[in-house]
Amino acid sequence: MASEVEETLKRIEGQRGVVGTVVCNADGIPIRSSLDGVATAQYARLLRKLTVMAKSAVRDIDPQNDLTFLRLRSQKCEIMVGLENEFLVIVIQNLHQ
Amino acid sequence: MEIVHVYVRRRGDFGRQSHFSDRPAELLVDIGPDPPLADGFIHRDPRDVATQSAQEMSEHQVNTERFESESRGINHVEGGWPKDVNPQEMEQTIRFRKKVEKDENYVTSVLQLGSVMENCIKQNNATDIYQDYSEDEEAADEVQEPPAAKTVNVFRDPNEVKRTVTGLSWHPDGNRKLAGAYSCLEFQKASKDMSFDSYIWDIENPNRPELTLKPVSPLVCLEYNPKDCHTLAGGCYNGQIAFWDTRRGSQPVELSSVEQSHRDPVYKLIWMQSKTGTDAFSASTDGQVLWWDMRRLSEPTERLVLDLSREGSLDAALGASALEFEATMPTKFMVGTEQGLVLSCNRKAKSPAEKIVCTFDGHHGPVYALQRNPFFPKNFLTVGDWTARIWSEDIKESSIMWTRYQTSYLMDACWSPVRPAVFFTVKMDGVLDVWDVLFKQNEPTLSIKVCDEGLYSLRLQESGRLLACGSRLGGASLLELGPSLSTLQRNEKSLVAAMFERETKREKILEARQRELRLKERSRSEQSREDDGAKEADGQEDPEELIARAEADFFSAIDAEIKRRQKEEDKHREKDVCEEKEVRNGAE
Repeated sequence: MASEVEETLKRIEGQRGVVGTVVCNADGIPIRSSLDGVATAQYARLLRKLTVMAKSAVRDIDPQNDLTFLRLRSQKCEIMVGLENEFLVIVIQNLHQ
Repeated sequence: MEIVHVYVRRRGDFGRQSHFSDRPAELLVDIGPDPPLADGFIHRDPRDVATQSAQEMSEHQVNTERFESESRGINHVEGGWPKDVNPQEMEQTIRFRKKVEKDENYVTSVLQLGSVMENCIKQNNATDIYQDYSEDEEAADEVQEPPAAKTVNVFRDPNEVKRTVTGLSWHPDGNRKLAGAYSCLEFQKASKDMSFDSYIWDIENPNRPELTLKPVSPLVCLEYNPKDCHTLAGGCYNGQIAFWDTRRGSQPVELSSVEQSHRDPVYKLIWMQSKTGTDAFSASTDGQVLWWDMRRLSEPTERLVLDLSREGSLDAALGASALEFEATMPTKFMVGTEQGLVLSCNRKAKSPAEKIVCTFDGHHGPVYALQRNPFFPKNFLTVGDWTARIWSEDIKESSIMWTRYQTSYLMDACWSPVRPAVFFTVKMDGVLDVWDVLFKQNEPTLSIKVCDEGLYSLRLQESGRLLACGSRLGGASLLELGPSLSTLQRNEKSLVAAMFERETKREKILEARQRELRLKERSRSEQSREDDGAKEADGQEDPEELIARAEADFFSAIDAEIKRRQKEEDKHREKDVCEEKEVRNGAE
């Protein structure tokens, strides 16, 4: 099972344009990451906060609803955050068409 | 039916103390329902009434007094680890991580998310999903927002004794900096401990000026060199010119000598177009316009005395309070004087007498601002007394367009660099007026009260969006204009050109007519002179003769009117008589 996880993450990282991936848990602790320590900590901390706010926004509007995916597009890259079971999978991808 | 309650009291009891007491309610009138009236109404059941039980909200914009902000950095350390795990120890963190990775939940979540994520990534790689396809098409109907402007920042004079912001200049490159000249122009009001400093502000940081300039005397005007963005030139209150280089600190690099400079405050200084990029000229109320080369400020390169009698005497000279120069016409320049005249001058004239080409007389007070329209250089804007006037170079007798007399004195004006029909004026009551001649001509399109004290200077940034205005108490306010005021509208140039031409033509016609009348007058006075040669030759009439003539005119006009009315009445009466005759004929 663990190897499947590894495989999946490796496959994601191998896609074109992907800069890095970070997997973190509910407390914002990075479990696995392909970036260096500082960047990992930064992404984990900041995106954890953002997803908490986004989740509460979605649930304020409709309490039956829940946040599943968050896409943050900026000038240089796109940050995608998938939420499931209190875990976060963060992927940073470069955009250049 | 009238319901009346009568209250009776004896006259003798008037003024006596009132004795209040309690008593049960007394039914005075009882109006019961009237059944026949009820037939006029229909009973309706059920009724549909809509109500909203949403929270009542209102929008309100507030500008805080002053918000001091500073940029700082913070160093974050890792956190969030559970109590038993020490984040510094690698072993513990690794162990923790391994534990989580074995969690069932973790595995399923990551697998699940992995597929979702891959989808998105592939999407991104395939095409730009946020590409704007409708970028090329113009907006179908441009929503016309009402013109608006809002204050972005206020730069206050850091000194105790506040001075007026008399001059403003934007940094030529990038427009991130604003230079302000601070001085006190009120006669002898400058206190002894008033500081002489002027400041350069970075518009992002309103708390502290970026650079302080320390002249020997307060600066009345300050300009960035458009060719070299590190250098500035300023005109001082005592008439000297100073030259700064921001890379070399706050002291002026060069200062003109006192004997050769102006004798009155230098009201305006403009950089000229030249190969060396160091030429400037300045004007002051002592009646001189001096040309300088910044490398050698010991004496001016050229001197012009604004004397209309062309003699070059300083006593008869007109004090200059505004100066104008357009880079596209390097030999011509214009000077606005304290006397309300605008002089158009040619720098390359052969003799000093020919330097002053023509004059425009329009204002009752000093001309405080003078600027050519950046799109139509033949038309220029002047501000003085209580009006703002637009002139055409061809018409010297009067301005082609002017505003109504405003309630307070106008201190400065400038055209918008992006829209030819828009200009801005600032007044002594702290109001900034935006005039759009295509939209409304008799009153400003937008009036904003910037501050309580008077506004003395105004400058627009080249992009046309930001505007800085300086007040009497040293506060330079930065305003941002809404998009409708800072983007060129469709057909604007042609409409404005047509409008200026129309007004110019009108003035020309009026001028021609005036000339005709004057010629007629002159010929008439000449004739009367021939008739009785003993009369005075200068053509002036005594007041008595004028009165006699006025009376004669008046009575003759009245007589003419009475005669006309009589004629009309007679005509009517004749008509009636004719009609009567016809009726009688018809009846017979």
